[in-house]
Amino acid sequence: MRVEQPSAAAPLVVAHGLCKRYGEQWVVDGVDLEVRQGEFFGLLGPNGAGKTTILRMLLGLTPPDGGELQVLGEPIPARAREARTRIGVVPQFDSLDPDFTVRENLVTYASYFGLRGKDLAPRIAELLALANLEGREDTPIAALSGGMKRRLTLVRALVNEPRLVVLDEPTTGLDPQARHHIWQRLRELRDTGTTLIMTTHYMEEAERLCDRLAIIDAGRVLASASPRTLIQAHIEPHVIELLDAPGRAAGEVLAARGAGVRAYRAGDLLLLYTATPGALLGELDAAGHRYLHRPANLEDVFLKLTGHELRD
Amino acid sequence: MIALPRPSFRSLAVWQRNLRVWRKMLLPSILGHFGEPLLYLLAFGYGFGRLVGDLGELSYVAFLASGIICSSALFTASFEAMYSAFTRMANQQTWNAMLNAPLVVDDIVLGEVLWAATKGLMSAMAILLVATAMGLVADWRALWALPVVALSGFTFAACAMVVTAFARNYDFFLYYFTLILTPMLLTGGVFFPREQFPEWLQGLTYVLPLPHAVDLIRPLLTGGSLHQPWLNLAVVVGYGLAGLISATALIRRRMIC
Repeated sequence: MRVEQPSAAAPLVVAHGLCKRYGEQWVVDGVDLEVRQGEFFGLLGPNGAGKTTILRMLLGLTPPDGGELQVLGEPIPARAREARTRIGVVPQFDSLDPDFTVRENLVTYASYFGLRGKDLAPRIAELLALANLEGREDTPIAALSGGMKRRLTLVRALVNEPRLVVLDEPTTGLDPQARHHIWQRLRELRDTGTTLIMTTHYMEEAERLCDRLAIIDAGRVLASASPRTLIQAHIEPHVIELLDAPGRAAGEVLAARGAGVRAYRAGDLLLLYTATPGALLGELDAAGHRYLHRPANLEDVFLKLTGHELRD
Repeated sequence: MIALPRPSFRSLAVWQRNLRVWRKMLLPSILGHFGEPLLYLLAFGYGFGRLVGDLGELSYVAFLASGIICSSALFTASFEAMYSAFTRMANQQTWNAMLNAPLVVDDIVLGEVLWAATKGLMSAMAILLVATAMGLVADWRALWALPVVALSGFTFAACAMVVTAFARNYDFFLYYFTLILTPMLLTGGVFFPREQFPEWLQGLTYVLPLPHAVDLIRPLLTGGSLHQPWLNLAVVVGYGLAGLISATALIRRRMIC
């Protein structure tokens, strides 16, 4: 059994039995979470799993119907305002102020934290550089590209030098280049000791960025650990995807023989999971079937735990 | 049981944010403040006033000027607290961004009401300037009208914010205009003395805040005497507090869910 490193500081987020009901539906149903200092924590799940509601609860914007919650040592929602002075938020939907330019957005947002005056100017310059928006200080928001808006939203969340940054699907709708830019910034933030909590329905994003993550479906945490631990604990290391009808038929036959092969049908795909792929691959090659051989990933974990795919 | 608003000094950041936007559109904003009420004053005051003659010792145009100062505060503050605040709440996500910072709904509602009151005051001051230049203001006591105008603007804005709390789209505000604001304007003593109405209608409409604001502001501007200033103040303040408390509770329920 792995022994956890004793942490000098208390966890930044502690949630026990969080619940939220809208009408008859429990959108968050008994969630326990613990996020430690300096950690990049992910909430991975499909749309509608309850990720955004959990984030809103952390910020005190959705009062829970049950459970206990502490963020940065403050009881939430009772002292959410105090907690939010030390939190940075990157919301899912653009909330940049369209009445203002790039710089005015940062200055105005800073004023919500009571930050103003001479000390602010160097901080704003720093943030503009971080967002690669130098030279666009006076550009109106409407004239920015989607990637630029996201970058500005990200640095806006850093204006108060937060200890905890909360991101709701930070790269949804971005092109790959813009996504990589955001990823890089998030890794840099983590490297400077900032704690991050991110929701995503991109398995790849969660696997690349998160130290630990909770897999969420229908308002419950199904598993919570590092991506590697989750994959090792739940899934055989090799995956063979059979991509056409003859291949699928052959795969069913191979899986029916048992011998350490587990088959899973997902849409028009047949997935074979195994620890020892050698013989299987040999037979598929000999029969000339098309297949994809890849290492197991979080999508496979999700599929096994929920019985449905991550992207709906 | 409604929890009372507990706003903080951060309300001022909301007020200041709106001021910053207003300053960017200074010229059209100021033209708007002067333009329409000035036209009403000239057209009705001189055109209509010739037909009406004087009201006791007061010329009609002086009577009208003091009324239009009230109605301008009413409409400017109401517009701001409905159309503009709704835009910031529902369309521009401005309030959501504030809620991600250490502001709470209570701060936002108070900040927006203070801002709408400020705009109401600015529009009233524009007309007061014009009226003074036209010699329609009695004496220095007119300066006392300004805090009363600001207070009335606060009240009108707070009441409008209750409507905003229920609004799902802009069309919703037409109910408030048609059912409340326009009847209040026409019966409030802005354009002609309320005494022209039958007594039952005078009584009925005296429960609304506008006639009380007019009763306070007109004498201060035209050199008349105040009849029941404490009652007038109590009604204006009462509507303002009730509006702020209800709007805060309703918008909390709308945004914190």
